[in-house]
Amino acid sequence: MSIVDTPQAVRSGITPREWRNLSISAAGFIVVGFVPLVFGGYALQLTISIAMYTALATSWLLFSGPTNYIALSTAAFFGIGMYTVAGGIDLLPYPVLIAAAGVAGAALAAVVGLATLRVSGVYFVIFSLGLAELVRQIMTWLQHVLGTMSGLYVTVDRSEPIYFWQLLLLTAVVYLVGWWIGRSRLGFALRIIGNDELVAVHCGINTARAKVILFIISSAFASIAGALVAPRWGYVEPVVAFSPFVSFQVVIMALLGGTHRLWGPVLGVIPFVLLWELISIEFPNQTTLLLGVCFLLIVYVIPNGLVGLIEDVWHRRAKAGGAAPGALQRMLDASAGSMKNMLQRGKSRNA
Amino acid sequence: MDIVIIGLLLGGTYALMAVGLQLQYGVARIMNLANGETLIAGAFSTFWFYAATQASPLYALFLVVPAAFVLNWAIYRVLILPLVRRAKSQGKLEVDSILATFGISFISVGVLLAIFGGEYLDYSYLAQPIFIFGERYGLNRVVAFLASALLCAALYLWLHKTRTGLALRAVAVNPSASGLVAINVARTSALAFALGGAVTAAGGGLLSMFLTFDVSLGVVFTLKALVIVILGGVGDIRGTIVAAFILGFAETAVATLVDPGLTLAAAYVLFMIVLLVRPEGLFGRRTA
Repeated sequence: MSIVDTPQAVRSGITPREWRNLSISAAGFIVVGFVPLVFGGYALQLTISIAMYTALATSWLLFSGPTNYIALSTAAFFGIGMYTVAGGIDLLPYPVLIAAAGVAGAALAAVVGLATLRVSGVYFVIFSLGLAELVRQIMTWLQHVLGTMSGLYVTVDRSEPIYFWQLLLLTAVVYLVGWWIGRSRLGFALRIIGNDELVAVHCGINTARAKVILFIISSAFASIAGALVAPRWGYVEPVVAFSPFVSFQVVIMALLGGTHRLWGPVLGVIPFVLLWELISIEFPNQTTLLLGVCFLLIVYVIPNGLVGLIEDVWHRRAKAGGAAPGALQRMLDASAGSMKNMLQRGKSRNA
Repeated sequence: MDIVIIGLLLGGTYALMAVGLQLQYGVARIMNLANGETLIAGAFSTFWFYAATQASPLYALFLVVPAAFVLNWAIYRVLILPLVRRAKSQGKLEVDSILATFGISFISVGVLLAIFGGEYLDYSYLAQPIFIFGERYGLNRVVAFLASALLCAALYLWLHKTRTGLALRAVAVNPSASGLVAINVARTSALAFALGGAVTAAGGGLLSMFLTFDVSLGVVFTLKALVIVILGGVGDIRGTIVAAFILGFAETAVATLVDPGLTLAAAYVLFMIVLLVRPEGLFGRRTA
């Protein structure tokens, strides 16, 4: 299971092919950046949602994609980002708070990761399931003890296009980091962990460390996303900020798109945000039920996501043509190459 | 003293819901994240029954338990079994079943919302005081505790004294080896899953006698049950019951001494301690 296009996991230089992909992606982001100049009003609101969920779902994938550990805690980190901004807006400038949100999210992720990721994956899932609710209880309690109101106002003057550009920039950073991890030793280690943790341990990989680092990165991004949209919501209170729906939707979107490619989630985010908009307008009272149904459909019908479907079709065509080498063969070659590479690196380090 | 008795009463009632999850996770190996919703459904149905008939909520269990059994059996056959068959490894099954039951939990919340609405529901049954060591406690708590203890004891005897119970315990220890000694693993797992759901729903019915419920609380109870199961050790009923009392005490202590809104934090603190000190749980066996 590789998260990047080229499974040349451990290589120092950037290949021409990678330069090409990078420039195509950069150009794509610049084109998308013009969206607020073309659309306005309702359409822009939808694109802001899409940008936000793309950032959240892709950062979710950074950790859960290669490791297969389903994190159900996005809402906790998202809410912490919001609260960092809401709580500190009168004390510190907004950009500082965005960074602080990232740090706060990372700190919580570190605690959770160190406690749960050393043991089996199920414990992590369970812990993440209630994390948003736990943080919500603690926040409510803190506000009660401190004697503040249950909600906080966030007043930062921002126009809608700015929100969009901020989120787009965040998404670009998530992609860049994801791409960088995918071709680093860390990413390679994670893929081995995802395939077989025992093998990873026997290869000498410090599995706990790799998982904790990735979880921290992934969660910090979710917090930053929360910090970026907090002023748009204007009023932040525990029930809204830590709504479990955020975690749930992020997982659905990432699964719908496909979790084994970095560009998978965005394919899930776009149709799902539109579908969700339709559901909330047409069936406002059955949203939870329909959300659950969508989720089950995805788990049962398209377990590998839309990316999986696309790749199936593509492979079948490639096989019929008989021209391109099999994906498996390429993967084997590449991993053999990277293994050799790793061994050499280890040797040169010891020498 | 207050904390000890209330904790004991609460823990005893928690034991039932946790034993339900234990059967589903320990025997059928399905991490059921919709467990809390089963509990809420049990609580709501009991509320409904009491509001409609004014008869003792204990009678509602005779309806709730079989209904939950059938429903959970159906869920296992229709939704979980295809995943069991599709799974290439235990790890893959775990991921799939977590995702599937997570989806089921949202569907259940949606259905419950449609039937009962989003309000807090509670009713007043046996809300008179009873005196234990000179202190007053709600009679409903004591009755719920006794009913729970009775059911737990019956379940324990059934697991340890009957052939089917033995088969269940064998599957809990090793599913593939159980198949070799002519145990129908698929059927035993379905039975365990259905029974687990029924026991959890009974726990919900009993808890509804003294707690206030709303639809969104399912996840909190799922979590409490999971923490109890892990604390007690996966696959060990004794451990589950002991752990349920520990959680009951911890929650009551936090609620009385700090703040009633922080009960989940108590569960999490216990969870953290277990993970750091003894990940296999109190009575669990350490796996190689």
